[in-house]
Amino acid sequence: MSLFNHTLQELHNKLHAKELSVQELVDQSFQVIAERDERIGAFLTLNEEEARNTARRLDDKLASGQPRGLLFGLPAGIKDNIVTEGLRTTCASQFLANFNPVYDATVTRKLREADAVTLGKLNMDEFAMGGSNENSSFRPVRNPWDLDRVPGGSSGGSAAAVAAGEAYFTLGSDTGGSIRQPASYCGVVGLKPTYGLVSRFGLVAFASSLDQIGPLTKNVEDSAYVLQAIAGHDHMDSTSANVDIPDYLSALTGDVRGLRIAVPKEYMGEGVDPAVKEKILAALKVLEDLGAVWEEVSLPHTEYAVATYYLLASSEASSNLARFDGVRYGTRADHAGSLIDLYHESRSKGFGPEVKRRIMLGTYALSSGYYDAYYLKAQKARTLIKQDFDNVFENYDIIIGPTAPTTAFKLGSQVDDPLTMYLNDILTIPVSLAGVPAISVPCGLADGLPVGLQIIGKAFDESTVLRVAHAYEQNTEHHKLQPKL
Amino acid sequence: MSITNQDVQHVAKLARLNFTPEEEQMLTEQLNAILQYAEKLNELDTDGVEPTTHVLHLSNVMREDEAKDSLPIEKVMANAPEEEDGQFKVPAVLD
Repeated sequence: MSLFNHTLQELHNKLHAKELSVQELVDQSFQVIAERDERIGAFLTLNEEEARNTARRLDDKLASGQPRGLLFGLPAGIKDNIVTEGLRTTCASQFLANFNPVYDATVTRKLREADAVTLGKLNMDEFAMGGSNENSSFRPVRNPWDLDRVPGGSSGGSAAAVAAGEAYFTLGSDTGGSIRQPASYCGVVGLKPTYGLVSRFGLVAFASSLDQIGPLTKNVEDSAYVLQAIAGHDHMDSTSANVDIPDYLSALTGDVRGLRIAVPKEYMGEGVDPAVKEKILAALKVLEDLGAVWEEVSLPHTEYAVATYYLLASSEASSNLARFDGVRYGTRADHAGSLIDLYHESRSKGFGPEVKRRIMLGTYALSSGYYDAYYLKAQKARTLIKQDFDNVFENYDIIIGPTAPTTAFKLGSQVDDPLTMYLNDILTIPVSLAGVPAISVPCGLADGLPVGLQIIGKAFDESTVLRVAHAYEQNTEHHKLQPKL
Repeated sequence: MSITNQDVQHVAKLARLNFTPEEEQMLTEQLNAILQYAEKLNELDTDGVEPTTHVLHLSNVMREDEAKDSLPIEKVMANAPEEEDGQFKVPAVLD
């Protein structure tokens, strides 16, 4: 049995009792990666030598009885848009194929300080743009449950690595659903914290008003541990919130009696696969049996969220990605005649088709004469979408629905149709626009593929999100299901 | 509104991207489809609605204006495609 089927607490007990060493945990990771990752494609870069050195150092620390960090000895993977000093960071783009960061992201530093072990960097859609991982410019990731299907995206490598037992936990980033949707497709737990809870210093920016880093884990308790380690104000990220960080572990009481759950009718209507809907209703029954009550509500502006998101996110991306000019790092075209040619040729060579498409859309939406019609209009629509959530949260503690309208689709089936691809994110995007936290937890299989339950909370109320997710999980067996590999 | 090949050429210039004529044609079609979908927002009455600039009402973040450590020049230059004397080298900007 994989050591990774134990909870963090169980592993720590074993380490403390000397029944297990950090080196054994790290050995298992690299062994499973060697056996499986050629088929899955979750990792882009391995950090094997340093990971093994770290494991030895941590075992020494354990033997000498020094204090242990919160994530002591746990083998972790990091999405490849989070910078790691001296460890190649590509954003799955040819543009950064040989980029070696010269500093650590704040979350990278926090994982190290919590005594986690970095195994390597995880595949993704190029610059986090996509929902299937087919936009990686190196190779697609495959879903561990069915290798002909996508793992979701953009944090597809982060979700697949946990599902396949390659990493104990991983970090992903979520702009419009990029942690939750792949967690749903791969049958793992994925948490997008409140905008601003986790520092984004060292996260390569895609859409700065939306981007947020969060954990992917096998269970909810571990998600709380990782969040505890990475949350908190950071003066290096001026959008990071200066709020007190509660003890997330103590929120996991199992008690949901009297909890008021809102179920948006827009999340259970047309376009949502009946098999997915059935799983969500079954999950609501579990919570009901535990003493929660649920009612149908409306988030009336849901249908405008995808259009709003693609205008805002692409506009921000067109601005953020202007830094990739071939001057200071990354791809540089050979023999460019002038500086302007150098920009044009380097960017055209380095970026893939989806990234170029979004830069074009964003540049157009921000260009003279169209700003009011597209960008400003979308910013106003965002206000209405956020108000939908504020209104519901006046009377309810939590919102529940599916994470994605379907289970994982087949590779290649949507690649020619960007708009259809965008609609896979219809149930995660509104949450991102509202800035509130949400988790996806496994709630069973439909035709052998995982379905995710999305639990959405008030801003900075991760404690309630985790409490509800944990209570549900502890009364079901879905999170223990594993793909056959 | 619909966008033309000429619009795509103009925006490509603003975005510092080059496209082949085939790519230009495909982008024109795809961007039109996406923008047509975005027209949906015109159904919304947004008169008097404030645009969201920051989702959680963060106010300006200020700090004392004091010098802090920055990266040493070797690190800054570590990923430079071309450098000379601790500076990034680019093709001539002026003749």
